[in-house]
Amino acid sequence: MAVLIDTSTRLLVQGITGREGTFHAKAAQAYGTTVVGGVTPGKGGTTHEGWPVFNTVEDCVTATGANASVIFVPPPGGADAILEASDAGLDLAVCITEGIPTLDMLRVFGAIRGRKTRVIGPNCPGLITAGQAKAGIIPGHICKEGRVGIVSKSGTLTYEAIHQLTKNGLGQTTCIGIGGDPLIGTSFIDALALFAADPQTEAVVMIGEIGGNAEQDAATWIKANFKKPVVGFIAGQTAPPGRRMGHAGAIIAGGKGTAAEKMDALAAAGVRVVKSPADIGAAVKELLRA
Amino acid sequence: MKIHEYQAKALLARYGVPVPQGEVIFTASDAASVAQRLGGGTVVVKAQIHAGGRGKGGGVKVVKNPAEAQAAAEKMIGMNLVTYQTGPSGQRVQRVLVEQGLSITRELYLGIVLDRASERLVLMVSQEGGVEIEKVAEETPEKIHKEYIHPGLGLSPFQARKLAFALGLTGPQIGQAVKMMTALYHAFIATDASLLEINPLIVTGDGNLLALDAKMNFDDNALFRHPDFNELRDPSEEDPLEVDASKYSLNYIKLDGTIGCMVNGAGLAMATMDIIKLAGGEPANFLDVGGGANAEQIKNAFRILMADRAVKAVFINIFGGILRCDILAEGVIAAVKDLGVRVPIVIRMEGTNVEQGKRMLKESGLNFATADDMSEGAAKVVAAAKGASA
Repeated sequence: MAVLIDTSTRLLVQGITGREGTFHAKAAQAYGTTVVGGVTPGKGGTTHEGWPVFNTVEDCVTATGANASVIFVPPPGGADAILEASDAGLDLAVCITEGIPTLDMLRVFGAIRGRKTRVIGPNCPGLITAGQAKAGIIPGHICKEGRVGIVSKSGTLTYEAIHQLTKNGLGQTTCIGIGGDPLIGTSFIDALALFAADPQTEAVVMIGEIGGNAEQDAATWIKANFKKPVVGFIAGQTAPPGRRMGHAGAIIAGGKGTAAEKMDALAAAGVRVVKSPADIGAAVKELLRA
Repeated sequence: MKIHEYQAKALLARYGVPVPQGEVIFTASDAASVAQRLGGGTVVVKAQIHAGGRGKGGGVKVVKNPAEAQAAAEKMIGMNLVTYQTGPSGQRVQRVLVEQGLSITRELYLGIVLDRASERLVLMVSQEGGVEIEKVAEETPEKIHKEYIHPGLGLSPFQARKLAFALGLTGPQIGQAVKMMTALYHAFIATDASLLEINPLIVTGDGNLLALDAKMNFDDNALFRHPDFNELRDPSEEDPLEVDASKYSLNYIKLDGTIGCMVNGAGLAMATMDIIKLAGGEPANFLDVGGGANAEQIKNAFRILMADRAVKAVFINIFGGILRCDILAEGVIAAVKDLGVRVPIVIRMEGTNVEQGKRMLKESGLNFATADDMSEGAAKVVAAAKGASA
């Protein structure tokens, strides 16, 4: 068991002939993921690194039975790529692209909410189920099959958490990078709900950052609904207000969205909040031992 | 991206938003002639800096005639304006807006922002204009009225009417307000704005609506669609090191501490700042070199870190996924040799090819301190910075 992605996933790559698309298609396949082909408009009918290339996502789905997509398309076409994945009826669309205009995503989510396609990202590292499959850029070799789920707004901080869990002998079920943009397809709450239903996931690491209310909303939801132990970390405790800290969504605006506010909300919901990012693994170990 | 008030007003006027007449000047001697062109009577002289709260800091002056306008402009241009948004160091005023004086009967607020939770733009208004809206939202949230805008439908006339009535407008003002709100919404969408505020939106003595102030920010991710906005940039409002860093796709934000940080990934970069603070130090910057940094970028990152004279020690914290540790080590060694870096450097790296990277650092003969995890690295760099300044 795991969530969202596993050995049954049939992954297609939007933007497979690009540098990033090629590199990560190979890495996904090397990790054991079933990569069935890719899409690059205008290159349909050709073969790239052994994979069939199609002009449209629909063509690729018809020919290969793909049920998930990972998107490596430059920012101007990123929102359109997500729409196309949704239109083709995929179960999962993972958008790695960083830099998609916010108003593009506003229109896309306005159109596709309520449809069956689950979107992860944009501006995210994607997801990986330890020992089974991955869609995105999380390095496979740091993961180990285990008991803990991760949901995070950050990329490298997710790797850090994965590494600490591996070092502590706990391992991971599925690690989901939900992305650092103001508008994202899958929220903390969505991911936590999936982990709640996954018997193999015994605890969850939740990594948030400054900006917005998603962590506070998750805290409210955890208090009411989530029974498994959660370790939380919020990045940006020392971030100055009014500055965008790398991620488009990471900004304290009008005094709102501070790390302190989010840490308080999570602690009040029973989450074990660590101040230091170095303490994540040890805190999970302690909670699971108790 | 931020722009000045006068630029926002000129832009909004193109979409049909009524704004006061005025002209921007860069030299004080032009103030009198502008005031004369505006009728020779009362004008308002407004300092143009990107920060808000200008009035309280002495950046807005109402004067009675062109001579006084000249005097006010002379005082303002070159002054260091300190507001609650500039921080204690303030911002140097280099341009001022000279605008017609208007009689004001009411000051209202209007803003368009993104509401992340509902995934909608929200149009907000309040009768409490001319003050900090954050304060109104905090103390009397019931005085703020909101309409959520469907991204497919756009702002509907009934929504604008509801807000106009909530503002207590009457008669022909209702139609004016609907027209103005529609124009503002169109301007927001057409320019890929991320924030639009009219504070205050005034009712003039003769009963008309007018945008007396205007603040607009644009979505940096959408600037590729608006090459013309490049002309609206004011480099004097930006930190030169931050501008330099952006040329190499490095995300750098200068802070006030003494420990320079070089990290890959925004989340880890913020977390590194946090752990330095926990270890008793102060970060000198946020620096995200990105997921796929090469040796050239690392070298430029080093150069930018070293250009900040407050930096007493450097902490490199890299979790190599795509960015391999051996590439990082190569870049760091080359940068230190080329630039003659004079401060202690603590390196913590983990991930792809970490053993090879560590070996390269050791064999370089350069004096790097290494750490096996983040907290050890933070402790070492804080001690090094304190030792360096003692």
